[in-house]
Amino acid sequence: MCLAVPGNIVALHDDVTATVDMLGVQRDISVALTPDAKVGDYVLVHAGFGIQVIDPEEARLTLEIFQEIPELVSEELDGVVPFGAAADAAAENETDETPAAGTVAVGAVA
Amino acid sequence: MTDGSARDEHRIDFEAFRDPDLARSLIERIDELAGDRELNFMEVCGTHTMSIGRYGFRSVMPLGIHLLSGPGCPVCVTANQDIDRIIALAKLDGLTIATFGDMMRVPGSTSSLAAQKAAGHDVRIVYSPLDAVQLAQQHPELNVVFVGVGFETTTPTIAASILDAEARGLTNFSVMSAHKMTPPALRAIADDPETRIDGFILPGHVSTITGLAPYRFLVDEFGIPGVVTGFEPVDILESILLLTEMAISGRPAIENAYRRGVSSEGNAVARGVVDKVFETCDATWRGLGKLPASGLAIRPEYARFDARRRLDVDVEPTREPRGCRCGDVLRGAIAPTSCPLFGRACTPEHPVGPCMVSSEGSCAAYFRYHE
Amino acid sequence: MATDTTVLLGHGSGGQMMKRLIDEVFLDAFGSPELLAGNDSGVAALAPTGRIAMSTDSFVVTPQFFPGGDIGRLAVCGTVNDVSTSGARVHYLSCGFILEEGYPMDDLLRICRSMADTAAEAGVRIITGDTKVVGRGGADGVYINTAGVGEVPEGVELSGSACRPGDVVLVSGTLGDHGIAVMSQREGLSFSTTIESDAAPLNHLVAAALEAAPHTRCFRDPTRGGLASTLNEFASASKVEIEVDEQNVPVNPQVQAACEMLGYDVLQVANEGKMVAVVPADEADAALAAMRASRYGEHAAIIGRVCELAPDAKPRVHVRTPWGSTRILDMLVGEQLPRIC
Repeated sequence: MCLAVPGNIVALHDDVTATVDMLGVQRDISVALTPDAKVGDYVLVHAGFGIQVIDPEEARLTLEIFQEIPELVSEELDGVVPFGAAADAAAENETDETPAAGTVAVGAVA
Repeated sequence: MTDGSARDEHRIDFEAFRDPDLARSLIERIDELAGDRELNFMEVCGTHTMSIGRYGFRSVMPLGIHLLSGPGCPVCVTANQDIDRIIALAKLDGLTIATFGDMMRVPGSTSSLAAQKAAGHDVRIVYSPLDAVQLAQQHPELNVVFVGVGFETTTPTIAASILDAEARGLTNFSVMSAHKMTPPALRAIADDPETRIDGFILPGHVSTITGLAPYRFLVDEFGIPGVVTGFEPVDILESILLLTEMAISGRPAIENAYRRGVSSEGNAVARGVVDKVFETCDATWRGLGKLPASGLAIRPEYARFDARRRLDVDVEPTREPRGCRCGDVLRGAIAPTSCPLFGRACTPEHPVGPCMVSSEGSCAAYFRYHE
Repeated sequence: MATDTTVLLGHGSGGQMMKRLIDEVFLDAFGSPELLAGNDSGVAALAPTGRIAMSTDSFVVTPQFFPGGDIGRLAVCGTVNDVSTSGARVHYLSCGFILEEGYPMDDLLRICRSMADTAAEAGVRIITGDTKVVGRGGADGVYINTAGVGEVPEGVELSGSACRPGDVVLVSGTLGDHGIAVMSQREGLSFSTTIESDAAPLNHLVAAALEAAPHTRCFRDPTRGGLASTLNEFASASKVEIEVDEQNVPVNPQVQAACEMLGYDVLQVANEGKMVAVVPADEADAALAAMRASRYGEHAAIIGRVCELAPDAKPRVHVRTPWGSTRILDMLVGEQLPRIC
């Protein structure tokens, strides 16, 4: 259920209204459910509301874990890597490196 | 720090969650790990149903991994009697029905909103419940009823719209609530002797609101693992991999593979808004029957926004379509193709049951994306 | 300038007012010698190849003016493109208007000028026409019907039933632009984009592609129902399977974003200035180069191939995803509705 897409807040108009940009598609949404949202944040937009500020750090960590898991599991053939443990490990190994890919692209599957 | 680098820090590489190489390596891993084991994984989110179909993942799963679609399409789980009530409202003179596009073609016992629109009744599609509030404000001569269907993701937006209507002092806006909650449906399925589920792909955006706590019972009481995940190819594959691992190791847990959009505690502000406007009630689900404390009704304090209370209508006697097995499909008891009507009497063009109507319904998704 | 500011029932009466409307609006905009001759039928020359191609289409779009075009441009492009799909050289159009009483005359003038500009661009002439006026509420502003006629060059035999295994599928540019541009203007869905309708006359592009790839099997413009409908029609008519490589399908990122927001499949969204072509594999590169060198074809791409149908299998279209999986691409059912779930 519940189609939600990431939108980048480009303007806050009052306490509850913001304009979000989704790869060039702009729409006014309500941020009544995400009162902490700031200009520059990505929010998940559902039915005209922001429902969550997307955490860029978690997005980056998750990607790192996703990229590691296939290898980790391969190393330990019958072993199981609990996701939480992998997340913690990735967090510890965190360096100042900038992630290789840095573009914002929501769409363009094609 | 310059402005530019400050912005960079907030950049999110969404495209990476569609990375073909990463997706392929995850598919390989699932294949290696699963071997020829028979595993049933169920998603309970219509957007997961659609995404799995659109990404074609069933075509690359090991033969033993079955991806089942549970009761995650809000339109599909809405009981016929509620759909009939909505249609009865649409027939009232002087009423404007505002609805998400999803509801338009859903058949009740004898009609649908689309048919009522064609018959000349005022039925309008909106993208947001706030658009319906705005419609009511701009047109005081209209009496706008918003059709409130959806799960935890959608209810906060409708609760907030009711509060917005209150703040604007509107007297011509109300909501016909048929909202439902996910955990009672998960419990019904986990408890169903006819259904064997080895893991749940848990709904990303429902969890955005609820957090992880409501799913603990799956592990504690039923020993079934669950993974909350998002909707990109890599998100979904990751959840399948994690479920496969947990199912094999016999160490079930509730994992969160969608941390960018879901925190453990969820969105408390949104839940507060829902609690203010709604209270839990028993609700009837198509296929699952009446589940205690699984629905949301508008609190008496907001009765003036409650279309069920405000508008008295005669609802036609409910008729269930003969032979339709949507209920069994929703429980994961049968695959859509096992329904005798599937693809014959029941097609997206001439749907008999709601699972064939909504594009995210299990049957429609099957029909559309599979052989 | 027109004498009247709005369309009145009298403009359809056959009398003085109607003559004024014809003179001040239609003749002023279209002004072809055939129309100016003032007869009940337009008479014009056609090259004697022995075969004509003819097509007709009606246009009822709301709103009538949208980013990148209007109902007038659509009415010319739609028919020019339909006639062109047979490989014919289209020369002449008819046009019939159904006007709602009270329609602003300035809007009608704007629509007619847009039709005239588009016809000039395509190199076709409007040589006959008709007008009816219906009472207020009897129509939504303005409806236009056009028909077009052209001659089919000798030896050209194009048909959707001519696709053969091994053939290559091309599309002349990005998909979904028109559908999303119009959708963005609809009440209740308001979102803003810089997406413009792709409405364009493609007769020159088709002629160039056909010259470069003389054994082209068929062309079709993927309007309502989008690429999905067009390819399913080809598959059924030719009794083949068609495979689409999703990652090669050109899509404007904004269109993709809007589709994700509304829950649409871009392959089912309407286009008004795109052409799908099926050509033999050994002419595919030439066809592609010719399209890319043509106006409106710079984003042309090879997007798929025609495959043999397995015994007992039904004709169908499948999509190969970037993740190595496949899915069936079906025709759109009913109206495309935005979904939030």
